[in-house]
Amino acid sequence: MITRPELWIVIAALALGSFLLRFAFLGFVGDRPLPEWLLRHLRYTAVAVLPALIAPMIIWPSGTDGVFDVPRVLAAVVTLSVGLIWRNVVLAIALGAGTLYLGLYLAG
Amino acid sequence: MFSTSSKAPFWQGFRDAAPFVLVVGPFAAVFGVIATEAGLSIAETMFFTISVFAGAAQLTTLQLLQENTPAVIALASGLAVNLRMAMYSASLTPHLGAAPFWQRAFVAYFTVDQSYALSQAKFEVRGDWPLPSKLAYFFGTCAPIAPVWALMTFVGAMIGEQIPESAALDFAVPIAFLAIIGPMMRTPAHMLTAFVAATASLMLTWVPYNLGVIIAASIGMVAGAQAELELAKRGLFK
Repeated sequence: MITRPELWIVIAALALGSFLLRFAFLGFVGDRPLPEWLLRHLRYTAVAVLPALIAPMIIWPSGTDGVFDVPRVLAAVVTLSVGLIWRNVVLAIALGAGTLYLGLYLAG
Repeated sequence: MFSTSSKAPFWQGFRDAAPFVLVVGPFAAVFGVIATEAGLSIAETMFFTISVFAGAAQLTTLQLLQENTPAVIALASGLAVNLRMAMYSASLTPHLGAAPFWQRAFVAYFTVDQSYALSQAKFEVRGDWPLPSKLAYFFGTCAPIAPVWALMTFVGAMIGEQIPESAALDFAVPIAFLAIIGPMMRTPAHMLTAFVAATASLMLTWVPYNLGVIIAASIGMVAGAQAELELAKRGLFK
């Protein structure tokens, strides 16, 4: 159970922080150029944070109390592969979810 | 709000963004469902989704709070997921930086993966567009996405309790993120980043407060930046 008012404080802080991140350069830097080393690291933020976040969720899923689950891993492989090959987010989600439910059904 | 000359770019943005409703809608619904399952009221869920307006960060923070992670760490991890928004902000600045302060504030709030990606791609081709056209295009891409985001969060929150456990919703987050990550793998440097970050994260699960995620992501970013330098040196990086 998430306690209150911690939840509300976290939401408000996340809203403010997210806005400031989006506003940081556009609002405060204006037209001045940024150092290349900083841009170079920023380019890889999304492709670093998201995999780091979900890798443990895939290997030790909360839905099985952390036990390695073949249907879930197969679904992950299919989703990532479809996204990589066809560059289509909707298709990747559809085939990934399809694999998951088929796998769970077959695993009984 | 827009002059006649800005109407065309606005609707162009609207049309370009329309298909993304198919991605944003289900993703928003997943957040609504998971938020309700975590014990958030409809009002709290809507306050969350409208004030933050960044699905990945919302899910990250919610997930960690649910695992009894300290609030500060849950917040820091959500912000870490949103660090890419700072990059989007930096990359939109040359095109929209000359807009009035209040308009830049609106652009900032509406900067999400889809509006950024579409606008950046368009501005690279139509660098000749005057500022009002560029702004109109940007807000045009937000026009179908933002309302659907809020509406589908609400729908998800309403139906949340009725979803059976067999729906394996714990896996909605990994699937949604994996689907987004795939098309992001534009270069070997991006792939290396993702691989290093994921591997490091798996090896760092012993670090308290889920801090391993941020550490692993930092290692991945450095790996990606270094790989880019190496590839550029050999003339392989575009």
